[in-house]
Amino acid sequence: MSDEIAIIGLGIHPFGRHPGVSGLEMAAHAARAALADAGLGWDEIDFAAGGSDSAGNADTTVSALGLTGVPFINVKNGCATGGSALITAHAMLNAGSAETALVVGFDKHPPGAFNPLPEEWGIGAWYGESGLMLTTQFFAMKIQRYMAQHGISESTLAKVASKAFENGALNPNAWRRQPLSEEEVLDSKMVNDPLRQYMFCSPGEGAVALVLAKGRPGVYLRSAVFKTRRFGSFEVFSPSIPVEDGISPTAEAAAAAFEHAGIGPDDVDIAQLQDTESGAEVMHLAETGLCQDGEQETLIQSGATRIGGRLPVNSDGGCLANGEPIGASGLRQVHEIVLQLRGQAGERQIPGPARVGFTQVYGAPGVSACTVLST
Amino acid sequence: MHTELLGGTPSEPVLLGSECRACGTVSFPRQNACPRCTSTDVTERRLARRGALWSWTIQRFRPKSPPYTGPQEFEPYGVGYIELPGEVRVEARLTESDPEKLRIGMEMELTLIPEATFAFRPLP
Repeated sequence: MSDEIAIIGLGIHPFGRHPGVSGLEMAAHAARAALADAGLGWDEIDFAAGGSDSAGNADTTVSALGLTGVPFINVKNGCATGGSALITAHAMLNAGSAETALVVGFDKHPPGAFNPLPEEWGIGAWYGESGLMLTTQFFAMKIQRYMAQHGISESTLAKVASKAFENGALNPNAWRRQPLSEEEVLDSKMVNDPLRQYMFCSPGEGAVALVLAKGRPGVYLRSAVFKTRRFGSFEVFSPSIPVEDGISPTAEAAAAAFEHAGIGPDDVDIAQLQDTESGAEVMHLAETGLCQDGEQETLIQSGATRIGGRLPVNSDGGCLANGEPIGASGLRQVHEIVLQLRGQAGERQIPGPARVGFTQVYGAPGVSACTVLST
Repeated sequence: MHTELLGGTPSEPVLLGSECRACGTVSFPRQNACPRCTSTDVTERRLARRGALWSWTIQRFRPKSPPYTGPQEFEPYGVGYIELPGEVRVEARLTESDPEKLRIGMEMELTLIPEATFAFRPLP
C-alpha cells in the first residue's frame, strides 16, 4: 500500500478564548506541532492548504513558518473550511503533484451568536431585517420536525449535551471542561424551542493542523468527500424549501465517502459528527448511515455513543465542549480520530481495538464534508 | 414593509413567488432561474394564502442589529415553515409565540405584522 495517503502529523492549539493571541498565531502553533509530530521540517512540505472564516488568510502563516516557496491554497467554505483544505491536499497527493502536504484550519470569533448578513448569502435584506437570519432557528426547526417524525425525546437531546461535556472534561484541549448532568442541561434556558442554552455550541477560537504524506505509515485517509446541497434538502438560510424532499449534502457526502473507501457504516468504530447543537448530532447519526432514523433514541439512551459504548461519537467533546472556531472544526474531528486510532487519546481513549473512524462537518449554506480513516 | 415580496391588499396579502415554466417548480421569493431544472423561463406566481405548519421554533433572544430592525424592547416571536400545498414551504414569522399553541400540521393563514413584515397566523 505504498501509495496510500496517511496522516502522519497532528497539531492543535487549545480551543477556547485566548486574548492577545491572533488566529494566525494559533495556526502557526498548530502547524509547528504537526510538523514536529510528523518528524518533518516545513521545508520538506510540498503543498499546503488552509483557511479560516474570520481570522485571516491561511497562506500568510508562511511568514511565521518560513518562506520556502511552498504552494499554499486558501480555502473558505464555512464550517466545511477544514474539510475543504483536507480534500484539496488529498487530491494533490492523489494526483502525484505532492508527496507531503500540510493542512491548517483556525479561527477567532467574538462572543455571542454568529451574525451573518443576508446579502453575503444571496438573500434579500428583508430576511435579516425581519429576524430570520439565524442559524439557531434552522437547527431548532429541523430537529423539531425530526423529533415529531421519529420519536426523539428532549431527554435524548440533553444526553447528547451532557455526554459532550463529560468528554470535554477529559480533553485538555477542550474549552468547556466542566461536566454537566442531563438535568442541568434541561434546566438551562430555552433559546430556540426545543433547543436550550447548553445544547448549543458557542463561537470560539482554536487551530488544528495535519501533515499528510503518501507512502508512509500512519492512520490512512481512505476517502474525503465534499458536497453542496441538492434540490429538496432542508438547509440553513432558506426563505423557502421545496415540497418534495431531497437527499441532504451530509447523506450524499457520507455515502460517497464510504463507497470510495470500500468501508461501510457498520465497520465504523468511532465517529466525529457536526454537533452545532444536540439535535444535529442526533440527525447526523442517521444521515451518515451510522443508524436508522429513530434508532438514535435507544442508541443514545443506552449510552452506546459514550466513550465506553458500541459507537463512541464526539469523544473529544465535539463542538459543544470545544466551541466552534469555524475554520478549525473539521480538522479537529480528524485530529481526534487519528489520536484515537493511534491509541494516544489519554484519559478519553476508547477501549479498543478500533480500526475505522469517520468524520462529518456541516455548515451554511448547506455544505458537508466527510472522511473515512483507518489503520 | 417588504413590498417587493408582497401583493394583494393589507387585509388579504399574498406572497409573490415564481414558477418555472419548464418543470413547474415554485420558489419564494421570486427568482429568475429554476433551482430544480436550471431553466431561466420563469414567471411570477401568487402563492396560496393558507397552508399547514411544517415546523416551528420560538426566537427567544434579540437577533443582532444589523441586520435585525425590530424594536429594541424584545418580545420572543414564533418562526416557522408553512407548507403551501403543491407549491412550496415558506419560512415566515408567526403571530403566535406560545409553544403550547403551536403544533406541526395546524392550519395557518398569511397576514401582516404592521410596520414590520409578513407572518402566518393560526386559523381557529
